[in-house]
Amino acid sequence: MLPNLNNLPTYDTVGVNERISRFQSRSIKKSAKVEGLKLALSMIDLTTLEGKDTKGKVQQLCYKAMHSHDTLKDIPTVAAICVYPTYVAIAKEALKGSGIQAASVATAFPSGNSKLQVKLDDTKYAVEQGADEIDMVISRGEFLTGNYQYVYDEIVAVKKACGKAHLKVILETGELDTLDNVRKASEIAMYAGADFIKTSTGKIQPAATMQVTYVMFDAIKDFYLKTGKMIGMKPAGGISTSKIALQYLVMLNEMLGEKWMNKEYFRFGASSLANDILMQLVKAETGMYQSADYFSKD
Amino acid sequence: MSKDKNIFKATWAYADAPESTDHIKIKKQYELFIDGEFVKPSKKKYFDTIDPSNQKKIASIAEASSDDIDKAVAAANKAFTSWSKLPGKERGKYIFRIARLIQERAREFAVIESLDGGKPIRESRDIDIPLAASHFFYYAGWADKLEYAFPNRKVKPVGVAGQIIPWNFPLLMAAWKIAPALATGNTVVLKPAETTSLTALKLAEIIEESGLPKGVVNIVTGAGETGAAIVNHPDVDKIAFTGSTGVGKYIQKATAGTAKKLTLELGGKGANIIFEDAAIDQAVEGIVNAIFFNQGHVCCAGSRLFVQESVADVVIQKLKSRMETLIVGNPLDKNTDIGAINSAKQLKTIKDYIKIGLNEGGEIYQPNCKFPKNGNWCAPTLFLNVSQSHRIVQEEIFGPVLAVQTFRTIDEVVEKANNTPFGLSAGVWTQKGSKIFNLTQRLNAGVVWGNTFNKFDPTSPFGGYKESGFGREGGLHGLRGYVKFD
Repeated sequence: MLPNLNNLPTYDTVGVNERISRFQSRSIKKSAKVEGLKLALSMIDLTTLEGKDTKGKVQQLCYKAMHSHDTLKDIPTVAAICVYPTYVAIAKEALKGSGIQAASVATAFPSGNSKLQVKLDDTKYAVEQGADEIDMVISRGEFLTGNYQYVYDEIVAVKKACGKAHLKVILETGELDTLDNVRKASEIAMYAGADFIKTSTGKIQPAATMQVTYVMFDAIKDFYLKTGKMIGMKPAGGISTSKIALQYLVMLNEMLGEKWMNKEYFRFGASSLANDILMQLVKAETGMYQSADYFSKD
Repeated sequence: MSKDKNIFKATWAYADAPESTDHIKIKKQYELFIDGEFVKPSKKKYFDTIDPSNQKKIASIAEASSDDIDKAVAAANKAFTSWSKLPGKERGKYIFRIARLIQERAREFAVIESLDGGKPIRESRDIDIPLAASHFFYYAGWADKLEYAFPNRKVKPVGVAGQIIPWNFPLLMAAWKIAPALATGNTVVLKPAETTSLTALKLAEIIEESGLPKGVVNIVTGAGETGAAIVNHPDVDKIAFTGSTGVGKYIQKATAGTAKKLTLELGGKGANIIFEDAAIDQAVEGIVNAIFFNQGHVCCAGSRLFVQESVADVVIQKLKSRMETLIVGNPLDKNTDIGAINSAKQLKTIKDYIKIGLNEGGEIYQPNCKFPKNGNWCAPTLFLNVSQSHRIVQEEIFGPVLAVQTFRTIDEVVEKANNTPFGLSAGVWTQKGSKIFNLTQRLNAGVVWGNTFNKFDPTSPFGGYKESGFGREGGLHGLRGYVKFD
């Protein structure tokens, strides 16, 4: 049932920024840094969502996912590959036996402007193609006109269409305008059956920010205290450096804690982040930075 | 599914990230700064200054006797003749120079402040030192504009200002005192607290470097007796004191019947009021800033928390969970949230109050903290189920101890907030602007913060009502204590 959205906590932007500045000023060095970097690498959903995607591009990305930097020992693989539904089968085949998940966007991504049946067909198609995870978008237009029931019902329907696949619900926070709206949308998504809530499609600016992630963490925490159910979180878009990724992990560590500090409950939606992390890991091992050309770009 | 309230435990331990101390210069022994020179104390007596995080001696500090105070006051008097006649623009130049020199050596000051006083480097680096520099910048700007500060009045400096400052914000308090005094043409004899003399003495080095005329600022170190010698000196024209209410009362008695001007900034027991319509998470952050900032060694700390009953459970639960993530430890580590208690004496005071709270039946809550060996440490502490009748609610503890009460209505909370001999600070948390303005009228506190706490700015006056003292420091109002009218 649609939760009561009238007495949700409110957020004060100045206060949120102040708290975030505390996370950002944590100094992560030495062994803690290496540990954090490896963890961040294991949480990445390596993503390609372009109109010009091809079989070749997807296969190359999958290879990169499995062999991110073979000269580095003891590094984890990324968590998943995220593609459009038409490339799921190709990714699935390429990733066979690697343990890396195949995720697919669906429901008329990225705008979500289509009728429900089309979105459900889109979802079912992706699942049939072998998607382990579905990243859906909510109907922001309906949300902003106050039609929360519609948004809720749609997520419930998509969740059903997912079957065994995990459902990540993209709020597209860059279009929701206020932190209070982000909280409201998080609440709707979690009660409607989301396994993960996700900030952005990556097609709208601003994409993920620490502010909206803060609010979504807070929603996840309160949801757990009410229901005992752990929901995952995925900030996506705009997280391109190790430094920013570590700041997100500090926030995750201090707000949700160790149970969420793994790829089952936290993901980064990013494409260029992986190479920056690899570069930092090589630096930690050898003591010097290498040229970006030593890290493969796929 | 079962719920585990302890599930949110942070287990990613950040590696040590200590700020380097290689770049700081500390002498083995510090002398008195009188008449522009470092001179040995007349009685050749010295005392130790201690690093409160490991009890190790940092340096020897000279103890000024009443003979030394005589010399310092005489030097200040002599310097007053020419300094007070200098055009404001020229005075301003010196003050600007001091401000710039503090900025240039900010890192060194921050490290020494944390080393000597125990406060986390995050605070000394981001708050104490930059604010101290901006106070000098701010008052440097007023030096040549005094006729605009007091329109249609002819202002004159008071003379020699005796200034006695506390150990909680050593350099910042020195800046609060010295900057407005110099801008208005006074000369100064300043005494830092005996546990935290180092940054004031480093400031003396900067003052020497700035070329400020000899004797305009004199810095003398020592304990209570040295302070008393300044207060009782016949040639001192003004006393500015920041510290405990007990000493403040003594000073007011000692200066009664003399021509000395007096400003006092004393203790407090600030009320931090959380309404049900507040942004709760940010209010929780505000509570943490209000009471755990600088280990609670803050005269304007929000040490009495009032939470509206309808949200009390959720606020307390969130506050406890936030406190679990506070890192107590080495003040020089960049990840430290709460540093060392300033002195063994203060630690004992705090522990005595915690015992009193327990004996009175308060329900205590402290997160699990791992402390380093040695050093003066105190975990952040809550006392729940207390009332206005508890001693820990009435008296200033000056440590990381928060007394939590609930309330139902606005009238009730205003009455309770004002029901204290103090009147320094208060905080109000609500999303309704009208409520904030309504309360600022009704709370007897020198500073009322709306949806924030412990925010300071040189342009904003600071000071108290009732036993929290009188006179204002900072802003335009801060000039008033250092001038007289023709």
